Amino acid sequence: MTEKTLQDILFKELKKLAPECDPPRVAPNENIRDALDIDSYSFLQLLVAINEQTGIDIPEADYAKVSTIGGMLSYLYARLS
Amino acid sequence: MGEFRMPSLGADMETGTLVEWLVAPGTLVRRGDIIATVETQKGLFEIEIFEEGILGEPLIQAGQEVPVGTVLALIHAANGSAVKKDAVSDQPKSAPERFICSPSARRLAREMGVDLATIHGTGPKGAIQRIDIEHAAQTRIPPAVESAKHARTEPASHETLRQGMRQAIAAAMSRSNSEIPHYYLEMEIDMSRSLQWLEVENQKRTIRERLLPAVLLLKAVAKALRDIPEFNGYWLDNQLQIKTEIHIGFAVALRQGGLITPAIHAVDSLSLTALMKAMSDLIERTRSGRLRSSEMTDATVTVTNLGDQGVRTVFGVIYPPQVALIAFGRITERPWAEGGMLGIRRCVTATLAADHRATDGHRGSQFLEVLNKHLQQPESL
Repeated sequence: MTEKTLQDILFKELKKLAPECDPPRVAPNENIRDALDIDSYSFLQLLVAINEQTGIDIPEADYAKVSTIGGMLSYLYARLS
Repeated sequence: MGEFRMPSLGADMETGTLVEWLVAPGTLVRRGDIIATVETQKGLFEIEIFEEGILGEPLIQAGQEVPVGTVLALIHAANGSAVKKDAVSDQPKSAPERFICSPSARRLAREMGVDLATIHGTGPKGAIQRIDIEHAAQTRIPPAVESAKHARTEPASHETLRQGMRQAIAAAMSRSNSEIPHYYLEMEIDMSRSLQWLEVENQKRTIRERLLPAVLLLKAVAKALRDIPEFNGYWLDNQLQIKTEIHIGFAVALRQGGLITPAIHAVDSLSLTALMKAMSDLIERTRSGRLRSSEMTDATVTVTNLGDQGVRTVFGVIYPPQVALIAFGRITERPWAEGGMLGIRRCVTATLAADHRATDGHRGSQFLEVLNKHLQQPESL
């Protein structure tokens, strides 16, 4: 799985949660939940969807590392390779 | 013989539009069966029936908007005496063609002017999904006039729904503020123990089974209401009617604006795992427009959790005829002095908005005290 594939999965799932937003336009260092107005329930659904498509389990202790798009992508990529 | 009437799905509802009959006349229906869908200012709802019998011919057809209380169909005794045999055997011919299709997809089809009969469903058992409707709407041969008409009507219907919901909220909240003498109490609650317990618990669970802090808050509220029941009930006929069931109306914000507070039933009797499941199910169905009528009508108290935003303290407006609303702000690290020592704890501010006709501040403060006590014993929740 490439970095591009990961990014596509993330953007596709974010678009499902926030259909009126354009995830690629969110700055990589911006907080995902604040930028897209995603509540804790929806954020958990995002992690479940990512887990189902990549097999990567993000433990609760690592939530701070995946709070931005940039952080999320590098976290996921590091666990793929 | 009974009557199946247009239900009132909240103090703010005056009329409802019967969108579809889900059960054919002549069918034996039982308490709790979903037999029709109704659209109100707050969206589309699945309507349950609360008696047993044979559903009579519809008195109101799909598409008709009628006032609350209008008889939609008669319910005949199940022994069949009131039902003609030929009416029952005729029924399959007259019954509308059925498609497996969720109410939200059905609504989308209506809004986009797509005929369900022309769609090939790609969901389980050929169910028609929203994506099939969108696909059909995009790929149909566009007679210029037709598509222009639909292009105009689609945003209008969303806008109408949004305005309708705004008006419904406005009516209920105006009534609340003019009728209910609110009083407010707040308490800062140390959540450290609860959250530590939750972190350990979540390590044992798969990502799908993880619990959110909101589940602990809801369960603690339910237990506190069992201890101090005066905040769980209705103010009706100038007196407090305490309810034994604890059905918590849980405020769910909608992305398009507005909110709905459907009820999670019997919260005090649910395990944390079951409560998480019930809450997830309710949020999903609220956002996809598949709530049931009972969930809209039988909340005995409301909980709002604005902790996902930055706010610290929420002063709620009670949803009549309920007598209390419990609100939580964001869980944050705060300085905490205890036993002569200053430390940092993760805390939440809990507020109680209560009806002063039903209870007094003394009892209210006991309620918050008990709530705090339950949140300090997460393993017993």
